[in-house]
Amino acid sequence: MSNRDIIFGKIATGLKALRDDKTRQATVDSRIAAKFRHPTPARVAGRSHDEHVALFKSHMTGQSATILDAATAADVPALIAGYLRQNNLPARLTVGEDAYLANLPWATEPTLERRQGRAQPTDEVSVSHASAAVAETGTLVMASGPDNPVTLNFLPETHIVVLEVKDVVGPYEDAWMKIRARFGDRTMPRTINMISGPSRTGDIGGKLVMGAHGPRRMCVVVVKG
Amino acid sequence: MVEIKTREFKANARVALDDPQLQRALAGLPGGLVAQRTAARDKLPEFEDLRDVGRDIRDHTLAHLDLYLAEWERKAVAAGAHVHWAPTAADARDIIEKICREANAKIVTKGKSMISEEIALNGYLEARGFEVVETDLGEYLVQIRKETPSHIIAPAIHLTQEQVEADFRRLHTHLPQDRVLVEPAQLVDEARKILRQKFVAADVGITGANFLIAETGSSIIVTNEGNGDLTQSLAKTHVVVASIDKVVPTLEDVSSILRLLARSATGQEFSTYTTFSTGPRRKADPDGPEAYHVVILDNGRSELLATEMREILRCIRCGACMNHCPVYNAIGGHAYGWVYPGPIGAVLTPSLIGVKAASNLPNASTFCGKCEAVCPMKIPLPKLMRLHRETEFDLGNLPRGYAFGLKTWAWFAKRPRLYHLGARFAIAALGALGGARGAFRALPFAGGWTKHRDLPAPQGRTFQQLWAEQQAGLNRPSQTRARS
Repeated sequence: MSNRDIIFGKIATGLKALRDDKTRQATVDSRIAAKFRHPTPARVAGRSHDEHVALFKSHMTGQSATILDAATAADVPALIAGYLRQNNLPARLTVGEDAYLANLPWATEPTLERRQGRAQPTDEVSVSHASAAVAETGTLVMASGPDNPVTLNFLPETHIVVLEVKDVVGPYEDAWMKIRARFGDRTMPRTINMISGPSRTGDIGGKLVMGAHGPRRMCVVVVKG
Repeated sequence: MVEIKTREFKANARVALDDPQLQRALAGLPGGLVAQRTAARDKLPEFEDLRDVGRDIRDHTLAHLDLYLAEWERKAVAAGAHVHWAPTAADARDIIEKICREANAKIVTKGKSMISEEIALNGYLEARGFEVVETDLGEYLVQIRKETPSHIIAPAIHLTQEQVEADFRRLHTHLPQDRVLVEPAQLVDEARKILRQKFVAADVGITGANFLIAETGSSIIVTNEGNGDLTQSLAKTHVVVASIDKVVPTLEDVSSILRLLARSATGQEFSTYTTFSTGPRRKADPDGPEAYHVVILDNGRSELLATEMREILRCIRCGACMNHCPVYNAIGGHAYGWVYPGPIGAVLTPSLIGVKAASNLPNASTFCGKCEAVCPMKIPLPKLMRLHRETEFDLGNLPRGYAFGLKTWAWFAKRPRLYHLGARFAIAALGALGGARGAFRALPFAGGWTKHRDLPAPQGRTFQQLWAEQQAGLNRPSQTRARS
């Protein structure tokens, strides 16, 4: 008997489950197919998109991230350059192959260097494009792939995330709808990172310290147009 | 398995109570976590309703556990995962050792995983020549001190900042001895630099799993530091160790449970990083692990399904029960003697290693009920501890004096008239002996109590007598009018 058979046998015995009980399988199949939604918090349920955006921003700020507002996509490079100058950070970015990011008018900021690819341990600043953002807790949803490699989210000390206002949703469940629309039903990219601010720890004497292993700083550029 | 020291609970607890460093570390925490949880709960009016939702999701999943695990496996394998089944801790260790050998691993980094503590993975791999590095800061502190975690989400909660500084100076000898390590941030920074090198050099990264999603075949980790993400994204091989009870049906289901997890654990609205991993890196991906293994451990859990202990399998390991426990707050986690401390340990440990070996734990409770009141999955922890106590009694596992006392009491309790008569006599006698002071400094057979505090003397009448008098009083016409 294989290890798998041993475990499944013990579970079936423990549940007193009958092998030919088709109703149990039907229950499981319909639950997964229905994607039943439990009640969502009133802080987002039935609220307008503008309210969701405002709530997202206030949560993100509360979680020690910086929010920058861009009226149009064309403003993003200048805002990033300004943020880096203000924080005395190098004007060198690592970016994935994301088309939206590639099409930003980077030429307006000739001092900004961009390297395309995954993050290397020596990289100091990365820029990625969020798949969605959840208002209820101020949480970015990042999908991994060549467009936005997962290492960009964790290796550099400063992580800049470009978020289009249209991608802000109220509850987590709406973010899953976006992921399903993009990758297909029951299909995920290698990694989905839900990120709520810069890295932190409370492991030394219970005191909160930013920048435990991941980014020390997080900046979210929220693009309206 | 980790060395089981549950039998030495009483001695361990005494040592813990007399340990000034530990008492200092416990003074601010876990009380701080309690206050933060309360604040987070108050900010979400739906919190209490969500506890019912969470309980129901877990109960439904456990009732169909075989089918959800099979469905999770099917989707995980379709995404390229290697799924391994481990009936026992020894099976899990063998499987992981083999994966590490096949990956030609030298350095193995680890994200926080209580299952890996349960199977005592670190020592096993180290004895076979692998360098194992814990990367969660708290776990790293515990590892360099050759200790075990004393809390399931804050492993180093028993350490003070000064102890950490001393350890870093003792071990990080390549750094200047006169460096300044006054602020927690300076200590964190030092650990960050050291562990960064390990992340980059690691061949295998091992993480736990907070959940498995049947809908998508994913595993989930929840962290604040991002260490689990560097562990699983930089090594060529990612190994997940999870237990059979971690599966939930859908992304919607896990979203509801995640609304409870961080709030119950740290009082955050959401943890900084919640990561869903599905299979290894995809063809075009420039990063992520090339191989993704998931080891699913049973280790006695399936045997709980047919028992009243099934409810403990709803646990999502938030730690709220221990943060709120007066016993845990007094003695910390190590005194419990095995992997899981606090009320969850008092129920889970006897369930997994046997009531005989862990009989002290279900007795280490004041039954104040706080743990059940805060449990996000509404696990009736005191009831389950009581069931373990009953089992212990049935096994004849109690110390002789203790068993004799219980049997004597039971003999009287089953004879109400005799009981009341005896109680009336004893209470009156004790009330008279207690005298004007109203308390005893010492009393035969109660030395365990009076050694540390006075025993209040009864006031001379039994509860039954007082109750009867009050009922009579309430039935007087004047009283009835006054009440209405």
